[in-house]
Amino acid sequence: MHVPHNHALGIQFHSVRNGEAITELPYDAKLVGNPDTGVLHGGAITALLDATSGAAVMAALTSPVPIATLDLRIDYLRPAEPHHAVRCKATCYKVTTNVAFTRAVAYHADEADPIAQAVGTFMVSTKPGKAT
Amino acid sequence: MTLTERLATAKAAGNLADVLGAIPYAQFLGFSASLDGDSVITTMRFAPHLIGNPHLPALHGGTLGALLESAAIFQLIWSAETIVLPKTITITVDYLRSGGPHDTHARGVITRRGRRVTNVSMEAWQADRAAPIASAHAIFLVKRDG
Repeated sequence: MHVPHNHALGIQFHSVRNGEAITELPYDAKLVGNPDTGVLHGGAITALLDATSGAAVMAALTSPVPIATLDLRIDYLRPAEPHHAVRCKATCYKVTTNVAFTRAVAYHADEADPIAQAVGTFMVSTKPGKAT
Repeated sequence: MTLTERLATAKAAGNLADVLGAIPYAQFLGFSASLDGDSVITTMRFAPHLIGNPHLPALHGGTLGALLESAAIFQLIWSAETIVLPKTITITVDYLRSGGPHDTHARGVITRRGRRVTNVSMEAWQADRAAPIASAHAIFLVKRDG
């Protein structure tokens, strides 16, 4: 599905399968939070973690049903480096009748040296319908 | 002028617009700020590129997270004695209702101000302030000595 805000941010989806999603947010001057340092705004990382976590849930469902984020907790571990793309890997590690659980990590090159980490919960619709 | 200098000038003039103009991401999301007493109200003007689900349509959850985080940061800067840029340590967002294609407002309330760490709770709403579409709490590193 075309998600206007993902497109506006420039998020690229590298792989979405088996309950896992890998995405990339290219560095873009319009996403800068501190003009003195050129560091990306935390909000852009939040949007990347949210979008990737949602994609992981979709990749874990057997049939596409609407989902909605219930909550998302983000820990910022270190600032993103200016002029570098941010990658994100999200895993949907549990799906129940009503709720899906995710964890996600944002990093530059090395997943073991994360910029931010997130855990989320998503409401899973019980009715089949249009995927979000 | 550095961002900190801009913040000091804007605070002295009682006008946050100049600061928002200097932050590219705030421009991208269409943020503006106004004062309600000592409380900073941050508004995200609706634009089609903020949509996450075009079928409903509904705002992207990431835009609401960014709005809530920014509302807290603006409140922290506004109510601090010295200009220090707060660093977000952690933020938890609860999505309460889907955000419609309308302007969204948010404010942050400082719940505890420690020597190094400050806790803030935030709320975002659209037409009806009594029916928030998202709430959040966050912890910021705000070191007095920079």
